[in-house]
Formats: sequence, C-alpha cells, structure tokens
Amino acid sequence: MSRTPLDTVEHAAATPDVELPWAELGLKKDEYERVVEILGRRPTGAELAMYSVMWSEHCSYKSSKVHLRQFGEKAPQSDALLVGIGENAGVVDVGQGYAVTFKVESHNHPSYVEPYQGAATGVGGIVRDIIAMGARPVAVVDPLRFGAPDHPDTKRVLPGVVAGIGGYGNCLGLPNIGGEVVFDACYQGNPLVNAGAIGVMRHEDIHLAKASGAGNKVILYGARTGGDGIGGASILASETFDDAKPSKRPAVQVGDPFQEKLLIECTLEAFAEKLVVGIQDLGAAGLSCATSELASNGSGGMRVTLDDVPLRDSTLSPEEILMSESQERMCAVVEPAKVDRFLEICEKWDVIATVIGEVTDGDRLEIYWHGGKIVDVDPRTVAHEGPVYERPYARPSWQDELQADDANKLPRPGTSEELKDQVLKLVASPNQASKKWITSQYDHFVQGNTVLAQPEDSGMIRIDEETGLGVAIATDGNGRYAKLDPYAGAQLALSEAYRNVATTGAKPLAVSDCLNFGSPEDPAVMWQFAEAIRGLADACQQLGTPVTGGNVSLYNQTGEVAIHPTPVVAVLGVIDDVARRTPVAFQEEGQLLYLLGDTREEFGGSAWSQVVHDHLGGLPPKVDLERERLLAEILISASRDGMIDSAHDLSDGGLIQAVVESALLGGKGARLVVPDGLDAFTLLFSESAGRAVVAVPRSEELRFNDMCGARGLPVTRIGVVDGDSVELQGEFALSLEELRTAHEETIPALLA
Amino acid sequence: MTARIGVVTFPGSLDDRDTQRAIRLAGAEPVALWHKDKDLKQVDAVVLPGGFSYGDYLRAGAISRFSPVMETVIEQAKAGLPVLGICNGFQVLTEAHLLPGGMLGNDHLHFICKDQKLRVENAGTLWTSDYEQGQEISIPLKNMDGRYVADQYTLDKLEAEGRVAFRYLVRGEAADGYGNPNGSLNDIAGITNEAGNVVGLMPHPEHAVEPLIGSGRTDGLPFFTSILKKLVNA
Repeated sequence: MSRTPLDTVEHAAATPDVELPWAELGLKKDEYERVVEILGRRPTGAELAMYSVMWSEHCSYKSSKVHLRQFGEKAPQSDALLVGIGENAGVVDVGQGYAVTFKVESHNHPSYVEPYQGAATGVGGIVRDIIAMGARPVAVVDPLRFGAPDHPDTKRVLPGVVAGIGGYGNCLGLPNIGGEVVFDACYQGNPLVNAGAIGVMRHEDIHLAKASGAGNKVILYGARTGGDGIGGASILASETFDDAKPSKRPAVQVGDPFQEKLLIECTLEAFAEKLVVGIQDLGAAGLSCATSELASNGSGGMRVTLDDVPLRDSTLSPEEILMSESQERMCAVVEPAKVDRFLEICEKWDVIATVIGEVTDGDRLEIYWHGGKIVDVDPRTVAHEGPVYERPYARPSWQDELQADDANKLPRPGTSEELKDQVLKLVASPNQASKKWITSQYDHFVQGNTVLAQPEDSGMIRIDEETGLGVAIATDGNGRYAKLDPYAGAQLALSEAYRNVATTGAKPLAVSDCLNFGSPEDPAVMWQFAEAIRGLADACQQLGTPVTGGNVSLYNQTGEVAIHPTPVVAVLGVIDDVARRTPVAFQEEGQLLYLLGDTREEFGGSAWSQVVHDHLGGLPPKVDLERERLLAEILISASRDGMIDSAHDLSDGGLIQAVVESALLGGKGARLVVPDGLDAFTLLFSESAGRAVVAVPRSEELRFNDMCGARGLPVTRIGVVDGDSVELQGEFALSLEELRTAHEETIPALLA
Repeated sequence: MTARIGVVTFPGSLDDRDTQRAIRLAGAEPVALWHKDKDLKQVDAVVLPGGFSYGDYLRAGAISRFSPVMETVIEQAKAGLPVLGICNGFQVLTEAHLLPGGMLGNDHLHFICKDQKLRVENAGTLWTSDYEQGQEISIPLKNMDGRYVADQYTLDKLEAEGRVAFRYLVRGEAADGYGNPNGSLNDIAGITNEAGNVVGLMPHPEHAVEPLIGSGRTDGLPFFTSILKKLVNA
C-alpha cells in the first residue's frame, strides 16, 4: 500500500482515482463498492484494511448470518440465560449467585498450516473471550478431528496440535477436562481443531464489550503488536487452500502462554477493583475488531492514536498495525480517575499497558497516525453492517443414493467367533480406542477442582468448595451421521452432548456450537449448513437449552472435496453437589447392569459399519428428543438419590463399546445376557440414540425399577458387574487384559 | 495457634492457590507471598508451588531463582526454615542450589499428566514424617521437564545419605500408575537436603488431598500434616 504521502482521509477524498488492492485483501468488487458508498469517497488504506478483515467470512458471518438467526428466533424461554448470542461468550446462571460463561470456537485452518501454534493460539483466543466476560477461566475442552490415522500427514498434524493445546493450556493453569478425537479421511487436508473454555464469576461481575462514557480512556494492554497473523482471518479462515499460492505460514499467529497467564491475572485483579467499564479481547482482525466493536456497542464514538500502540517491529505500517493478530492483547475502557490504578496493576504483573485513545461524544471511530486522520468511519458499518449473503443452497444430487445404501443390509457376523473378532476390532479401531496417549499430555488436575475429566462422559468442575456446586460440559459431534442427514445429525450431536451431561448427574442448561462445514459457495454444502442449523435450532427449542453463542468455520475443503458436515455441540450443565456425580467406571462386583431406552436395528453411520465394512450409507439413528429428556431426568434423579454407582451413555460403538470402557476404567468385568426380543449383534453394535447403561447396587434395584416404570422409561436388565472378563453368555468371553491391550495400544502404535 | 505456611506466587505459578487450599485442609494457615517482595511475613515454612514460572523460558526455574523473594528464602532455608518445592518449585530449588542436581526434559519429549505410584524412601524429613518409611503412595504427576539428573558422585552421595525422599515405583502395570515417567536417574522423584528441612519433588501432593477431586485420593495430605505437627509441637 502506498504510504507516501500518508493516505489520510483528506488525501483519500482528494484522490478518488487511486487504485487500492481490495481484491488482494479478499473483498469482492461489489463489497468494495459498498465501502465507497458508505464513506462517500474511496477508503484510505487503513480503512480498507479494517473493512477487509471485518467483512471477511470469519469475522462477519456473511454467509451464515441468515441461517444463524434461527438460534435467536427459536430460542426457548430460559431463566438461566444471563447473556445471549452476540457478546464474546454467553453467560448462564447456575445458581447460588454464580454465573458461568462458555464457548467453543474453531482454529481449523491455522492448525493445518502450523499445527502447534495454530492449536495453541486457538486455546489462547477462546480463553481471552472468557476473560473478556469478567470470568476466571476454569477449564478447557478440545474437540479434534484429523485425517486417516495411518496417513503420513496425520503424524505431522496430530502430535503438533496436541502438543500445542497442551503447551499453551497447561502453561495457563487450565485443566483440560473433555473433548473428542475423531479420525476420518474427509478431514485429511482440513483437520478440525475446535477449542472450548468455561469461566466462572459472580453475577455482578459480568462485563461487556462496549465503550461508554465520553472521556473514558481506551487502554491496550498485553503483548506488543507485531507483524504476525496479518490477514489471518480474511485470508486463512475464509478461503479454501490452493496449492498454487505461496506459503501462508506468516499468517499464522505465534502464542506466548506465559504472557496470557499474566493477562488473566491482571485482568481479574482489575475487575475485582471495579476498574473496567468495557472490555474486548484482540483476536481475529486485532485492533480493527476491538476498536470498531467496542465503539459500535457503546454510546459514543472513539478516537485512537495509533502511534501509541507498543510495537514489536517499528517498521509496521498503520494498516498492518490495524490488521495484526498478535496474540495476548486486550483492550479495556477505563474511567480517567481509575486509569492510574489500572496501569499500576498491569505494572505489578509486568504487563505493558498504554492509553491509546478515548471515548468521544460523537458517533465516529477516528484513528490518527503521525498527526493525520487515517480512519473516519461509522464503527457499526465496520463491525455489524457487513455484507449479508443469501447463498443458494440445494439438496445434493447424491443424497438419495447415499441414504438408499442401507447399512442395515451389510453382512453381519455369522458365528460367535466372528462376533468376538468384531468386538475386538471395534474397541481397537482408532476412533473407538483409548485416547489416553493424547489426553495424558493435558493437565487435568490444576486448580484442584476437577471432579471428572476425559474419558468420562462429561468433564465436571467444582465451583464452590463449601456447597459442592459444580458444572459439567460435554462436546459431541458425528460427521458421519450429519453427512447422511444433516438435520438429524445436528440433533444427534445435541442429543449426545445433552445425554453425556445428564449421565454424570448434571442438569443440561445451555448450548454453544462450533459449526464446521465446507465452502458456502457450493450449494450442496450450503444445504448441509442450513439443514444442520435448522435441526439444531429446533432441537434446542424442544429441549429448552438455548444456544448462547459459538462459531462458524466454513471453507473446510480442499478443491472440490468438502469435509463431512460437522456441527460440534457443547452442552453445559449444573450439579448441586459434585459428590453426587456418576462416573463411567464400574465400582463394585455384583452390581446389576441395566440398559435404559429402546434398542433398534440402527447401523447407518455406525462405528461398526465403518470399522468392519468401511461403509457410510443409510440413515442415522432416529432422533427422539422427548426420550432424551426423560432419560436425562432419570439419570439425574438416580444420581441425586444414590440409586446408581456408574453410568455410561451409549453412542458410537454402541453398548459393547460402553461396557468395555466401564470395565477397563473400573478394572472389573461384566457378564452380559441377550435380553428377549434382541439378537446378540444388535444388542452389541446398534447405535440407537436415547440410551445409557447403568450399574445399580442390589439394594437399589427395586427403587430404581419402580422409578423407571413410573416415568415410562424402558429398562432392561442385561447382566452384572463381575469377574475379570467381558462375557456375552453363550457367545464369547474377552479378558480385561486382552481388551486393554486392544483398546490402549492402537493410538500409541500409530503416533508415538 | 496454628502454623503459618507461605506459598510464593511467581509470574506463571499455577498451583499456588491449590497449595494454599491443601495447607488449609491440613489445618494450617496459608499465607500468600509475592515474588517481588523479600518479606516472608514471618511464616513458619514456605512452599514453592508448581507451574511455569516465567514461562519456563531459558530453563525451568532459572529466572525465578533470582526473584527478590528467593534471596530471603535461600538465606533462611540455610538457617533451617522448612521449604518444600513442588514440580516447578523443585526446579527452582535446584537452580537455587538448595538441592543438588537438576531437571531435564522428559525422555519421551511429551508433557505427561497421570497418577503416579511412589515409594516414600525417607520419612524422616520435616515434610514426610507422617508417612511410614517405605510407604507406597499415589500422587498426580504433571510436567514437561521432570527428568531428574545429577552426576554420579552426587547420586551416590544422595543414596548413601538416604536423601532420596521419593522414588518412582517401576514394577507394576503402567495402567495402574507404575513406571519411571520421565527417565529420572535412579527413579528419583524427590530429594531432601542434609538437614531434612528442604524437600523437593516432581509429583504434586497438593492435588491429592480430597477424596472427590483430582486423583480421588488423599495420599498427598501427609506432606502438609507432617510440617504442621512439627511446627505446632516445636
């Protein structure tokens, strides 16, 4: 960009014919023309930089907005929701004066380019969103998806991503309590690195991203601004990869978790002293985003002197400073009388803090550089009034054929021996195998409040030591189900996360989502996206769990090939006393195993069809949200009243996967029988939704059965916790040792 | 009157509040100490907690060792002040030469977080007297740079003087927490100084103090009750 002479607002007005590189910055022709129309002149270079990053797909949600509105329009009435969609993260009332904020975001594209830093800064970004709400971050979760487990590039991407998440999150002192790891060839060039975080605060501590009160100071604090990540949002997250273009490595940001830890502590100290009027973290689009969002959400305008921004590289141009995505930076709005104290706290934590501007009583965002005004815009046009696209969408031509390719017709095991072999193959398959090699690289003890962590059904954190109040979180998504039917697939993702929270004894309250899809310019992908949102919004409405926020990641495709549509859903729940939580592991021999729910012949998209037949076709399991609600109520009551000692939700891999996990974690086997009306194969491998398996102490058998009977939940006795093998009577027995070897050695063999 | 035990917060300390909780659960009074402040607020003992002080940049513990608070800690430790270093705190103690040897990166090059089986090899220190000599315990371990190393002379001396306080238990199923988790020489998990007032170890006793939380065991609590009894009965 031309910098001689300085491209000020006056200069831009006087030189209407200067050509600007709007196309290189990712703007379409009509978008650029819209900018000119808004301003009534050509933009300055700095203004162009701001509009281009803020109107990128990543920041503006221009392709997804028209669909995302359903989350608001169909939002169920919920007393729990304190802050909804639109802020840095949603906030939920969990009782006893506590509020919890949580959100899931994607850092997919950067993590493919540079796995370690891409994943690390994904954690950093979501954690800053949580701090920006006024909360202390208390835990993180990481739903991850990679390409084929034996593909050479998976060995580059996965260990880097895992080390990055660990390296950053561990250093922040945040326990990593949940998430998923899924392999599928469809994610080969487009791994999904989603990151979630939870924060806790008192109700009165909620902070918002707005700049109010003329004369209040705008303080930039944290790391110095450098040249890293320039255009990260517009370039990396908003286009498909193309081998012909030069390396995009410089567009990935580099993280410094130590700096972020200091940022957490000094921000919380400033909150505690009530020094902050409004706050925003600097993530995608950096200062462009922070200044325009703070100003447009507040009551007045804002004036910023860009010369005052502390730089790591003194040669940066003003455009670059505005676009830089250097990590570990935050922007606070502080009353003049409190500025000194705010700076003192930053100094205590060795955090650089600088007043870079102030709130004005006008309605413009004005930015100065070397004495000249280089930005003069209505901040709303930058932050909120970007383009909105009604992208065409159409049901893909192949959808019918895919659904007609019925998985229920695949050849089934004919002998006991074959059945046993398929069980072993299933629990050893990369998707069903133990992920301990990965999760043991994450600290799950720090902060001393972790009640449950992976591989439990949901992560659980105590938030009050006196009362035992706690929160639980589970994230789930099944791209295979969603590929077969995106509407049902999104609902099944919600169903599973909802069920997982309830299985541990917590009451599901609210939802955050990370919607990972291919290119919105492909009508088939857009149809998947529209269907998934419609499904999720409808299901949230029915289950009474509002969507509080989330993130959309599009363009997850290489060339013409898109990933499976992958809506990842996080459900947050609350439990009055964490001492009542229900673990996955079998606790005591002799306890009775009950299967809750209905088991049907449902194998479409199942782990069995993938592992045994490398097949994807048919329809996913039937969705029954009322059944999910009933099952959840039963699981929560049983936990509260001490009727069950362990419980595990049934999902991918079906009943046998769940029983094997409970057995291995508890170090106790199980003897199973095939109940009347079911065959052994369907019992073991069906993935019917709305089910869980529970272990009931004999003393509670009557009471538990009565409760299920009274509320109309099908309950079937299927066996007993016993011995040191998992046995299906009349069919096979597998020793725990054999199962442990199969289940635990797969991932290290592939990756270590 | 109970004992007052200080917990130092360095920039990047992570388990400082957890350690304060463990001290409180043991019945003592936790006192927050700040790395820039030389004043130890007249505490009876000091714990250097886990974390990544100064981001572990340069070398784990190498920068913290020069914090103002450490000047006083070093001086008073030499005069008998009980000091416990956990994980990063242990690294700070070796950097400060209050304990011999040092820590390198784990031999497998990964961060590791697990329940770890240990044997108490010296129940005679100020921090271990509530354990039985030879007692086997399970305590969470989580670190990147946990591989204890020292020259042969130092190792021999530590062994001969019974100054290996904790050793990783290597015989047993990995799934049950056995094994040397990082390649530490002689399976050393923790050591003591000659006087027995300064102890450092890589595993985290403060994460094993409540039956419901973390590992679900309370095997770490005796660290804090040991010192409390010594101080109160002194």
